[in-house]
Amino acid sequence: MNLTLKIWRQKDANSKGQMTDYQISDVSDHMSFLEMMDVLNEQIINKGEEPVAFDHDCREGICGMCSMYINGEAHGPDRGVTTCQLHMRMFKDGDTITIEPWKAAAFPVIKDLVVDRSAFDRIQHAGGYISVNTSGNTQDANSIPIAKQAADTAMDAATCIGCGACVATCKNSSAMLFVGAKVSQYALLPQGQVEAADRVKNMVAQMDLEGFGNCTNTGACEVECPKGISLDNIARMNRELMKASI
Amino acid sequence: MALDSKVPQGPLKDKWTDYKNHINLVNPANKRHIDVIVVGTGLAGGSASATLAELGYNVKAFAYQDSPRRAHSIAAQGGINAAKNYQGDGDSTYRLFYDTVKGGDYRSREANVYRLAEVSANIIDQCVAQGVPFARDYGGLLDNRSFGGVLVSRTFYAKGQTGQQLLLGAYSAMNRQIARGKIEMFNRHEMLDVVIVDGKARGIIARNLVTGEIERHSAHAVVIASGGYGNVYFLSTNAMGSNVTAGWKVHKKGAYFANPCYTQIHPTCIPRSGDYQSKLTLMSESLRNDGRIWVPKHLKDVEAIKAGTLKPTQLTEEDRDYYLERRYPAFGNLVPRDVASRAAKERCDAGYGVNATGEAVYLDFAASFVRYGKEQAKIHGITNPSEAKIKELGQEIVRAKYGNLFQMYEKIVDENPYETPMMIYPAVHYTMGGVWVDYNLMTTIPGCYAIGEANFSDHGANRLGASALMQGLADGYFVLPYTIGDYLADDIRTGKIPTDTPEFEAAEKEVKERIDFFINNKGTHSVDYYHKKLGKIMWEECGMSRNAAGLKQAIEDISALRKDFWQNVIVPGTDTEYNEQLAKAGRVADFLELGELFAKDALVREESAGGHFREEHQTEDGEAKRMKEFQFVSAWEYKGEPKDAVLHKEALEYENIEVKERSYK
Repeated sequence: MNLTLKIWRQKDANSKGQMTDYQISDVSDHMSFLEMMDVLNEQIINKGEEPVAFDHDCREGICGMCSMYINGEAHGPDRGVTTCQLHMRMFKDGDTITIEPWKAAAFPVIKDLVVDRSAFDRIQHAGGYISVNTSGNTQDANSIPIAKQAADTAMDAATCIGCGACVATCKNSSAMLFVGAKVSQYALLPQGQVEAADRVKNMVAQMDLEGFGNCTNTGACEVECPKGISLDNIARMNRELMKASI
Repeated sequence: MALDSKVPQGPLKDKWTDYKNHINLVNPANKRHIDVIVVGTGLAGGSASATLAELGYNVKAFAYQDSPRRAHSIAAQGGINAAKNYQGDGDSTYRLFYDTVKGGDYRSREANVYRLAEVSANIIDQCVAQGVPFARDYGGLLDNRSFGGVLVSRTFYAKGQTGQQLLLGAYSAMNRQIARGKIEMFNRHEMLDVVIVDGKARGIIARNLVTGEIERHSAHAVVIASGGYGNVYFLSTNAMGSNVTAGWKVHKKGAYFANPCYTQIHPTCIPRSGDYQSKLTLMSESLRNDGRIWVPKHLKDVEAIKAGTLKPTQLTEEDRDYYLERRYPAFGNLVPRDVASRAAKERCDAGYGVNATGEAVYLDFAASFVRYGKEQAKIHGITNPSEAKIKELGQEIVRAKYGNLFQMYEKIVDENPYETPMMIYPAVHYTMGGVWVDYNLMTTIPGCYAIGEANFSDHGANRLGASALMQGLADGYFVLPYTIGDYLADDIRTGKIPTDTPEFEAAEKEVKERIDFFINNKGTHSVDYYHKKLGKIMWEECGMSRNAAGLKQAIEDISALRKDFWQNVIVPGTDTEYNEQLAKAGRVADFLELGELFAKDALVREESAGGHFREEHQTEDGEAKRMKEFQFVSAWEYKGEPKDAVLHKEALEYENIEVKERSYK
């Protein structure tokens, strides 16, 4: 298929960006979206120009590095996938595709489609851990049975890949799905109870400090989340925060 | 320099304990004055950074990704081994040790492997304490599954995302130390050289990938935890950015590089689809617990399937060749990876491959749907369930176990694996070779350590499934933090290492010159052009089977390609901005050197062992034939061009295990 691509080009954080048009032909259905971008970049390099910068690494949907806003949707039109798993069979010959970076005040652009998501790391520094030394002198792993349902729900929350699609999607640029997922994982496990109150308070405080917006329950984040992280996690975080505050 | 593995004296089972009892320690007040650099933040580097910081050292950690959480350990799927014997099926430290040495085709170091097995159980305790949500059974206790090459269930898992959960555990431990200021984290940074002062590793030269700035960082010891070099093949299951640069730089400064030809070609990956393909995707080995591998028995059926006139589900049992079950009745679909990969290649080379490229075999879950479905029907008291009901119930169980893998397959291939068998083919996955280290995990450069996949030590010529996560965390949490103290005990009075010295000056100059070359060379071919060409040579001549003529050709071809690269490569943009092409150029330049050493190592090793299969050395029925005279580690010393590298041999002694023909029949 032949496509027109409208891509956000921005030299660096301090420069102004603009949309630039590219034509690409002979795109195969079986290509992933990023493979299509590779082919485009190869064309651009061979013309002696600068290729489009974008974040990517594992290309199997787990590292959370890739981050494109495609036709107005985080990770594009498919559901339950990251951009690297999005395939060109989702598009048709003659389509025009708009490709932008994540747009949020807390995620400044580094170059073209690459953004700085270190705010997520700083939220984790504020409390995204259980304070146990890695000495190996802990009790036997089976000494505390954990109900299968609690373990499974904690696992569902823990599958968050930290890509930032929730923030990019939210009209308020809220990070509550991301923070809720981490708070929930530990809130559901006995190991995380001791520090639960401090954890939720500190993580939420840092989230606010980073300039993320509030949640107004539109639910868009859950729809666009490539890992299907549930809105329940936001509710659980709010309950934890309430518990911690009284 | 003679190789000294520094394996402690005494009985195998007491070595590690005795060693720990007699090494030098650094007192807590002195640790505050000692700096350690860790390059890479996957399971090995992340766990080491966290533990060293907890102990009190000042850690500087480096990752090329935008966060430590994105290191490629995150993509490990199936699980992590530990000799817990929770299933009561006869597991023990000795059995895990035995399976690992045998699985590695008797090419790993006994004492290192035993230590690995010994600390394995602790890893699980540690991870549970960190809040890693491992799978549990209905009684709330930890669940296990089986992996290839073993006869017990010792693999712990978190759905098909075990690597992700373990890495997030290590990342959380790092976060705690970053918050305390004990780890200084350098994201989007790449190490471009190691700095040697008075014969010791004392720092690195790194490049800030966002600003392009070249930085000097000093420390009392440098730990390389940068993973494997599978991307030398261009197509592999590695991440796009995975590279050998850190390991190769220390090699060029004096660290020996061991067994580069030992590469694991994983049997269950999604087959390639076209020239634009950028990477290959693994389907976890855990799927072989419940999936059966087959190709049609008759070539006419293969043709019909390719022509689209026959569906695989229409073939009767009699017309299918479950070739692993046929050839290896004892282990069946759970033979080790090297054996399963070669068997797939054998069938496809004979013309039985089931897709357009002729490079695919089936992985079929139909039998498991029935087996689980019947069990579920019984549990739920459903009498006389229909076939459809059984299938539905069975699929539910399979979905719970491997749902994310099935979804991933469907997204990539556009076929529903619940309704038609998956198609799989082997792909490059893991490199057992790496930087040579002694028992302390120190390289041949004093003060320079290598851990995790970056080193060579524990897996011999073939790694068993679910052992990479085990080794990464064992090295980082439980081994290196002890062994490094023994070395650093001499450094308590050294004080901060200055960076304004001739050694740092010289290393930085070299790095800058190379970058200047790339930016100013007005060539004609992109970096990927060379990387793909290199990958093709590697896959064809140094892939699943190798022979002397092909390897000699590969050496010539890679050498010529490297020359071409240094004349005609083009790197757009500047060196003072985010420039992925520039970063890639440096990585590919190193792969072009490593690739040649790889082929040379494979040529010298005139035997078949594990992942290294030499066509000249096979038994009558096509199995790998090991040679007694090659029972050694090949450790290569850098002398300029790869062709000039000098071979040093570390003899491997097996005192606690009988070296036998490796049979899975």
